[in-house]
Amino acid sequence: MPAKLFRTVRQTSGLFILMNALLCPAQTLAQNERQAHEHPESFGLGTSPSNSELAAMDTAIRPDGKGLPDGQGSAKEGQSIYESKCQQCHGPKGEGGINDKLVGTLPEGDFPFAEKGAPKKTIGNYWPYATTLFDYIRRTMPYTLPGSLTNDETYSLTAYLLYLNKLIPQDKVLNAQSLPEITMPAQHRFKNDNRTQTDKIL
Amino acid sequence: MKRRHFLKSMTALGSTTLLATQSHGDIRYLGPPARTMGTRSIHEQLEKTLYGQMQTHALTPLQDLHGIITPSELHFERHHSGIPDISPEQHHLYIHGLVNKPLKLSLQDLKRFPSVSRTCFIECAGNCQDYFKKGPQTPLQQIAGMTSQSEWTGVKLATLLRETGLRKNAKWLLAEGGDAALVTRSIPVDKAMDDAIIAYAQNGEAIRPEQGYPLRLLLPGWEGSSCVKWIRRLEVGDQPWMTREETAKYTDPLKDGTIRQFSFIMDTRSVITTPTFPSQLEKGWHEIRGLAWSGRGKIKRVEVSTDGGGHWQPARLQEPVLSMAHTRFNIPWQWNGKETLLLSRATDENGYVQPTASELIHARGIGSLRYHNNGIMGWRVKSDGSVLYEIVA
Ligand code: HEC
Repeated sequence: MPAKLFRTVRQTSGLFILMNALLCPAQTLAQNERQAHEHPESFGLGTSPSNSELAAMDTAIRPDGKGLPDGQGSAKEGQSIYESKCQQCHGPKGEGGINDKLVGTLPEGDFPFAEKGAPKKTIGNYWPYATTLFDYIRRTMPYTLPGSLTNDETYSLTAYLLYLNKLIPQDKVLNAQSLPEITMPAQHRFKNDNRTQTDKIL
Repeated sequence: MKRRHFLKSMTALGSTTLLATQSHGDIRYLGPPARTMGTRSIHEQLEKTLYGQMQTHALTPLQDLHGIITPSELHFERHHSGIPDISPEQHHLYIHGLVNKPLKLSLQDLKRFPSVSRTCFIECAGNCQDYFKKGPQTPLQQIAGMTSQSEWTGVKLATLLRETGLRKNAKWLLAEGGDAALVTRSIPVDKAMDDAIIAYAQNGEAIRPEQGYPLRLLLPGWEGSSCVKWIRRLEVGDQPWMTREETAKYTDPLKDGTIRQFSFIMDTRSVITTPTFPSQLEKGWHEIRGLAWSGRGKIKRVEVSTDGGGHWQPARLQEPVLSMAHTRFNIPWQWNGKETLLLSRATDENGYVQPTASELIHARGIGSLRYHNNGIMGWRVKSDGSVLYEIVA
């Protein structure tokens, strides 16, 4: 019985209070209320997903390579795929297109992104992990037909964009082993937000 | 009086009254009957402003709204690959990874769990990214319109994670949306267990499609991009996935050459909502109104300056003052017809004072203000009564 209703009943009946005091100590009432709002061990709702169901959705790739599928590709194959499926938006060789600039490098040690008139952030000058590129291309590109690329095509495109950014040679074959081994130039700059003082946060 | 006579005289009275009103030309027309769906008055034109090359943003008309709730259809939009059309029968939330018991939950299942409601803001980390780019004739909406507030209803994520159980090494969750982009963000388990909600309702009805129908992850006080819409999957892991939206985007390059990552919390901000461009003022009494909010708790104080920062006066905070929620403030002001600059500055319950943009530039560098620019905004009142946006740096 909801506690509120209980209280109203109790107020209107002296006899009830008396019975209550005899049969049901006040502490039990509070306990009843608490128990009503406590969660059971389990609500028993939902079902167990099958492994194949999960595998079909679970395409996320981690920096350590967890999640990378079988398959492979190099910049050589990547170039022609890029020209037919990506160039119309990102421009020839990853630059000068209507959408995001995909190529851009900076001299070592140069990192002007906090300054005024900073260059565009690109895969070559800002992205910390090469695995993110594979994940993002397969997940979200081409913009109007995401999900349409095969794993080989994705490895090849990843290789082509890393090659254009001067991060790997043209004939480097990327697969589940070699992709996570690439160290991106800006990786060491990424730090977790560690501001803990809550009265002065800039 | 006999009944028949009574009726007769009433009729006579009625027709004289009718004649009298007709002669005064005050004919009132019967309005339309009840409708199954209400609409805004045709005299009110409220619109979001579309933004972005691919129209992936729509901005809330903050200057035209009252109180603290944003009408659902005016809640700002930010999406990456359009608004998906998801059938609620087909949609499920999967929770798996470092859990004891993976779960697949239908919408029906989720609605049977204990429900919670929470009124809080959602603000894009990129709100005010055009702070330095906009000219004087810019409505508030176009600079600060990427924040909105709703009452969200759903089930606490902690309730669901209690069902699945978490393995000892569970530290992060990958939240994945069911839109064309399959947007993903890594979320710390602590936040998930603290106040995260899997929301299915917004302002009393199912979430709007552009806000994540049928399910959205709500992380009170955290940047909008982490409140993943159309959520279909939560994978529990021991480290972040480093997705594109938490590496290439939504990170803050600092002056010291490092990049601040996972800066989820939205810092304290206030904006004057009226008077702002294109208001046209007359001399005399006005009420300066605005909104203030903090991703770290409640708003404690808002001060307003009507002389460009020379003096600051405390504004009245209108109830309710909720944690991590837009809070309405107002203060009466008599305008004497002279040119001046209006400013507002919020302080939250932790004693954090909203900084100026120049303080932020000094600490972080102007390039970092693409995201998390909560600097004080200015509105210049000209002697002709026009009100113009002004950069305060
Ligand atoms: C119809 C235009 C279009 C096509 C075709 C297209 N893209 Fe994109 N691409 C975009 C847009 C728009 C964005 C930005 C999306 C966003 O920010 O949400 C983008 C973003 C990207 C990014 C992220 C850039 C960054 O720095 O964050 C990469 C990488 C990318 N595309 C690769 C590709 C590849 C590879 C292909 C070919 C398979 C491709 N794109 C085809 C429009 C396109």
